[in-house]
Amino acid sequence: MTLLFPLVAVAAAFVVGGVFVLLIGDNPIETYRLLIGSALWWPDGIGYTLFLATPLIFTGLAVSVAFRAGLLNIGAEGQLYVAAFATAWTGIVLGGLPAALLMPLCFAAAIVAGAIWGAIPGLLKARFGSHEVINTIMMNFIAISLVSYLTQYHYRVPGDPIMQSALISPSAHLPRLGNVIPWFPERIPLNASFVLALLACAVVYAFLWRTKWGYELRAAGSNPAAAEYGGISVRRQVVVAMAISGGLAGMVGINEVLGYRHRYYDGFSDNYGFTGIAVALLGRNHPVGVVLAAVLFAVLMRGGIPVDAFTQHVTKDIVQILQATIILFVAAEAFFRKPLTRLRQRLRRGRQNG
Amino acid sequence: MLQLRGITKRFGGVLANDRVNITVDPGTIHAIVGENGAGKSTAMRIAYGFYTADAGEILIDGQVRAIERPHDAIRLGIGMVHQHFMLVDTMSVTENIVLGAETGTARSIDLDAAAARIRTLSTDFKLLVDPHALVDDLSVGQQQRVELLKALYRDARLLILDEPTAVLTPQEVDELFAILRAMREQGKTIVIITHKLSEVLAISDAVTVMRDGKVVGRVKTKETDAAGLARLMVGREVLLRVEKTAAKPGRVTLSVRNLNVGAGGKVGSGFSRTINDVSFDVRAGEIVGIAGVDGNGQRELIEAIAGLIEPTRISGDVALEGVSLAGLDARARRERGIAHIPEDRHRRGLLLEFTLDENAILGVHYRPPVTSGVLIDDGEVRRRSVEIIKGFDVRPPNPELPARALSGGNQQKLIIGREFQLRPRLLLVAQPTRGVDIGAIEFIHRKLVALRDEGCAVLLVSAELDEVMSLSDRLLVIHKGRIVGEVDPAVAKAGDIGLLMTGGH
Amino acid sequence: MVELFTISLIWSTVRLSTPLILAALGGLFSERSGVINIALEGMMLAGAFTAAAVTYATGSPWIGLLAAIAAGVAIASIHAVASIRYGADQVVVGTAINILMLGLPGFLSGAFFLSSGSTPQVPIEQLVPLAPIVMAFAFVPLTWYVLYRTPFGLRLRAVGENPEAADAAGINVANIRYSGVLISGALAAIGGAYLSIGQSSLFTRNMTSGRGFIALAALIFGKWRPVQTLLACLFFGFTEAVTIQMQGVVKLPSGENIPVHFIQMVPYVLTIVVLAGFIGHSRPPRALGRAYEKER
Repeated sequence: MTLLFPLVAVAAAFVVGGVFVLLIGDNPIETYRLLIGSALWWPDGIGYTLFLATPLIFTGLAVSVAFRAGLLNIGAEGQLYVAAFATAWTGIVLGGLPAALLMPLCFAAAIVAGAIWGAIPGLLKARFGSHEVINTIMMNFIAISLVSYLTQYHYRVPGDPIMQSALISPSAHLPRLGNVIPWFPERIPLNASFVLALLACAVVYAFLWRTKWGYELRAAGSNPAAAEYGGISVRRQVVVAMAISGGLAGMVGINEVLGYRHRYYDGFSDNYGFTGIAVALLGRNHPVGVVLAAVLFAVLMRGGIPVDAFTQHVTKDIVQILQATIILFVAAEAFFRKPLTRLRQRLRRGRQNG
Repeated sequence: MLQLRGITKRFGGVLANDRVNITVDPGTIHAIVGENGAGKSTAMRIAYGFYTADAGEILIDGQVRAIERPHDAIRLGIGMVHQHFMLVDTMSVTENIVLGAETGTARSIDLDAAAARIRTLSTDFKLLVDPHALVDDLSVGQQQRVELLKALYRDARLLILDEPTAVLTPQEVDELFAILRAMREQGKTIVIITHKLSEVLAISDAVTVMRDGKVVGRVKTKETDAAGLARLMVGREVLLRVEKTAAKPGRVTLSVRNLNVGAGGKVGSGFSRTINDVSFDVRAGEIVGIAGVDGNGQRELIEAIAGLIEPTRISGDVALEGVSLAGLDARARRERGIAHIPEDRHRRGLLLEFTLDENAILGVHYRPPVTSGVLIDDGEVRRRSVEIIKGFDVRPPNPELPARALSGGNQQKLIIGREFQLRPRLLLVAQPTRGVDIGAIEFIHRKLVALRDEGCAVLLVSAELDEVMSLSDRLLVIHKGRIVGEVDPAVAKAGDIGLLMTGGH
Repeated sequence: MVELFTISLIWSTVRLSTPLILAALGGLFSERSGVINIALEGMMLAGAFTAAAVTYATGSPWIGLLAAIAAGVAIASIHAVASIRYGADQVVVGTAINILMLGLPGFLSGAFFLSSGSTPQVPIEQLVPLAPIVMAFAFVPLTWYVLYRTPFGLRLRAVGENPEAADAAGINVANIRYSGVLISGALAAIGGAYLSIGQSSLFTRNMTSGRGFIALAALIFGKWRPVQTLLACLFFGFTEAVTIQMQGVVKLPSGENIPVHFIQMVPYVLTIVVLAGFIGHSRPPRALGRAYEKER
């Protein structure tokens, strides 16, 4: 049952997307072959897909942790921008340090910056009761303006027409998988951050279901009044959950800056924060589900490029249409509940008769 | 006037109404009585269209009618005053009353004409309330009048009142009854849902008795008495005494001195929700009961001792075994040996989505032996939950089920088992048997007495006078946040306690 | 000179506030009924794209405007059905609609105009530079009247504050909420249409660039009341006008434009400050964000 609803939602979204493609006079089967097929080629398709899945795993986890505490973090987008800038800043300013020192500092910069940016709306909710959804939305815009200002006026290489920072020190570069695994091509940007993302999933799982802290966070999300009765400070959980959520979103910066571009590039995020909401929702706020959902959305993002190039009319915008439709169907799962229960009853009756 | 025929209603696995037949004669006051959870409110909410029945039919003036929404009921002349008032706090009395029955053109409302009509109605029925006041500023009694006016404004011929006296002072109850009688004189039909037998006898013409979702009797009020009704309600002779030996009180465990609790929200002018200069002791090995009408500060008292109320709202002192608890939060108080069975198990007591395992450790989840360091010890968790399930006969005995899957009685046993497992020095218990079946009630009562006999101090709050009288060794009476008397439950008469509870002397 | 500057600043404030006022009033109808609308951005995009595309195709901005309203209502109806009929989380649904409207205009313009996300230019004589401004300012008193003087307004407010009470009073909660959300789609779409066939002459990808969220901010800053919301929109429009006027006029010693980033942040920072209660308290409708479902 836990798997059924997400699968049905994805299938329904593909049907809706297919209708759109038909309406503009293209072939949905060909479109979907291009969309999904290209992601499955070894090694480039799969390598790029996993590379694109990496930030989505982080943001999906971020949204899930907040959700387990009863909070909706719409602010992963802002958190990951601030974090990416912070890690680039560390990699530039402290560039003289040896890798053994610089690397952990860059990691910490991303996580701490994201955590602080996430904790602010958490604190505002705990202290003043203001709604985290509105505040995280506002914090997104503030973050984007802030890092854009810093890039443009303080950290741009003089004369560079592109809105990007200088390069970080090579000692803060994360290895690409191709550097480590001999038979994996080095041109694919899939890097150690992917392993970090899987590790983060395991840690989040253990944290939520094996530690007292995770218990408290989930209890506060499940029933705040009962949590308080059990001696748990709900306000603290709100701040802690938003900080953890922001920290996880901030780890996108590690992939982007340390693992991929080696500099801060303004406007780099392809809506990772918002897609993270879809990932968490489709993955049922469970780390394993998050990985699966992140890979699915990465397949779509990757497949948008050949769709753009090789179909007659369909553009890569089909990806966002599918994404949005999947979110809608997962969110409104009640839409499927009645027909599905009826179907199951009929099947059961059929089995009894036969 | 109103007739329910074969009404059946299920909520999930719970059969709330089982082939219920109720007949209300026109121009009478009809009482529907039963214990909490007997299905009284469900039946009437179906008549008002708030729920739809799974089976059965509703007849108005002898004709079968489809009532699918409150709108349908209102059109048929039915009005309902819900236990929790259905008012929009931020709007005026007039706006609340005209809502859904607006006069004037479709384009604009004529609020002045409405206010004039409300004035007429309130003089006719002696329901005095300022049409321009904000609902938020009204006392509970005044809000109830707004609800009555709402029904009258819609020309209701049949008025259903769900536990209308639960939140009223005795004077307000008298006033309400006078109003209801006046309405009957004017030809209205009234249904009153209650679990207080004295009120049934005072106001009604006929009574329908419900138990476990079924109608178990319908009698004329004149032809019955309290004992007869009580027998019908609980299905056997009322067990007035819990079997217990005399208490052997030890040293003082809990001492409360000059405790005040400020109301968090707005205090209605006629009704205070604060605790007012309360002082008392509870000794080891005794059960001290607090009797009172619901909402007279019982919850605040318990929660203040448990550490669940913001310290800024509290003054005075609470001490456990001579050591002040000031400045300690709920967790620190639990660590000092205070256990707490809360009045509302769904709101406070359980994490409904969590498993029995996870619920079994709420409050001790962070400390040895459940957690040493950071990781929760699953083996220890299971050992504890199985101990509770076995010791308190929680069914079904599956520790991996979510708490939501249990019946009310089993949920309550799970909570009680968890709190007993703490081996507390002080147990705070509120409404321990609310919505619990008869068998479980006796079981819970026996367990409470057994805990007392092990030397635990027990502070018991219950709205059921029978329960506090039969369980307590000493009985305090609370009214409007003050302790207004102490009686010996072994010799006191229920009537005298009732008088104290309602502020009389 | 100074006078000219002032007049142009006022005019520019009015023009820049117009889409915000329309979208914020739209948000007001939805949120006063208890449905959080973070999809104003997407609804504006729907209006902007449809207005430009249909005006280009038919040559009539009025048909374009009507089509935009229809598109806004259509998008809003997705929001309404998912969040009211099927009890989906309103914030999640809003997010989905915003994502959808990032993709759908590009998808359609790719198919119909063989472009990547923009519509062709609409001839200047087919633009409506004034009508939406008039509409925006006329809708403010109209909204006030509807909200506080009509049965519909009374019901809308009741449903947003206490849906149980409204239900008990015989009001169909779902229908009122549907109306609120659909009206918000229509108004936000007019606001979007003004961007594409009023202020400019074509639709470009993501041309609202966050205005839906600024409108949401204005709604909160205006405490969910029509007149205060208008003032908030004018204020936010004014900050934008100032930013634009400063561009190229005032320079830093280094010769660069002075940074506009901090002025851009103003609406967002103010919203956070207001929500926290530092400048008067802004209390949302009590049932905002809560699906109304009861066991039946």
